[in-house]
Amino acid sequence: MKKLAIVIPAYNEEHAIAEVVDAIHRLGNIGDVAIIPVVVNDCSADRTAEIARSLDCVLLDLPCNLGIGGAVQTGFIYAFENGCDYAMQMDGDGQHPATEVPQFVRTMCSDNAPDVLIGSRYIRRSGFQSSWLRRTGIRYLGFIIRLFTGLRISDCTSGFRMLNRKALQVVAEYYPDEYPEPESILMYKNAGLSIAEISVEMKERAGGKSSIRDFATVYYMVKVSLAIVFTYFNKQIKTDYHG
Amino acid sequence: MDSFSMRIQIISIVISLILLIYSARLIIRGKLRAEYAIFWVALTLLLVLFSFWRDGLQFFSDLLGVYEAPNLVFMVAIGGVFLYLLHFSIVISKLKDDNRKLSRDLALLRERLEKLEKGNDEKSPGSAAPSRSPEGVGLPG
Repeated sequence: MKKLAIVIPAYNEEHAIAEVVDAIHRLGNIGDVAIIPVVVNDCSADRTAEIARSLDCVLLDLPCNLGIGGAVQTGFIYAFENGCDYAMQMDGDGQHPATEVPQFVRTMCSDNAPDVLIGSRYIRRSGFQSSWLRRTGIRYLGFIIRLFTGLRISDCTSGFRMLNRKALQVVAEYYPDEYPEPESILMYKNAGLSIAEISVEMKERAGGKSSIRDFATVYYMVKVSLAIVFTYFNKQIKTDYHG
Repeated sequence: MDSFSMRIQIISIVISLILLIYSARLIIRGKLRAEYAIFWVALTLLLVLFSFWRDGLQFFSDLLGVYEAPNLVFMVAIGGVFLYLLHFSIVISKLKDDNRKLSRDLALLRERLEKLEKGNDEKSPGSAAPSRSPEGVGLPG
């Protein structure tokens, strides 16, 4: 029996969290893969932790607010330390439907499975597509990533991802705390991991707010672009250093 | 007069270039978090620009109605403050990182402790372990 930890970073998600965990339980086992929901409460001000404690899930209760990246990393480290074969990230606000999980699992268990599998909204272009401004931003970041890695990633900001143990080891060492998704693609590439995309449908969030608020969009773009450039050069230095 | 201002220009060019290279090195080595990096790259580029473009400095001091010398003093003073601020940025970055590691490990340890305590409760007779429904708590709809 293999183990898959589904990491649910939750910040003030008291209204959505129970349904997210419940939807995961409804999946049961997928093939020979058992699913463990892992809720990471990122120091919520509401009753998220209390509700999660009453659910059948692992609860990691952070004492300080670490941001989405820190929360996700905590969950991934839990998965790695507890011998999970795979881990997946699923947002706590109901944006990522649990019904898409089986196709992730099937792909990751197939022959020549990638190390990192990213769920993309923009392959089949169905389901919630986000606003025009966001799509433009995502396309721009995808272009930057292609420039530095040669990879064509259609939905580089998607947090709906599945990682194997090899990838978990990379993430356990370092993961960005703010807006980690685009930057982590470069980390995976630098570590020599294979990355693939799979078409998924997403929903509009049920509760909570996007971690990317509209007024912060410019800051987000600048910061993530810089982070990608720095991650790229960071690899160059390490390669030079180790000969 | 001319060789004097020439000398000072070379000095300011060298200083601002060193500052630029130093901040770039810190960023690339990962000693500076990207949110501070934006500020430092912009700032040092500005310093480099003005040490090359002397007329620009003259232009702005004329515009603001100040002589060249005080301007220079300002630059040196501000440069010192900047270096100090850079130092602070590194310290804060490191603190934030350490904080993250601590919080993370604390959450992981807490979970392990709770699991252990629960295991003990179940072993000792008479004490009821907190009930966990295997189906989870469903919401309507």
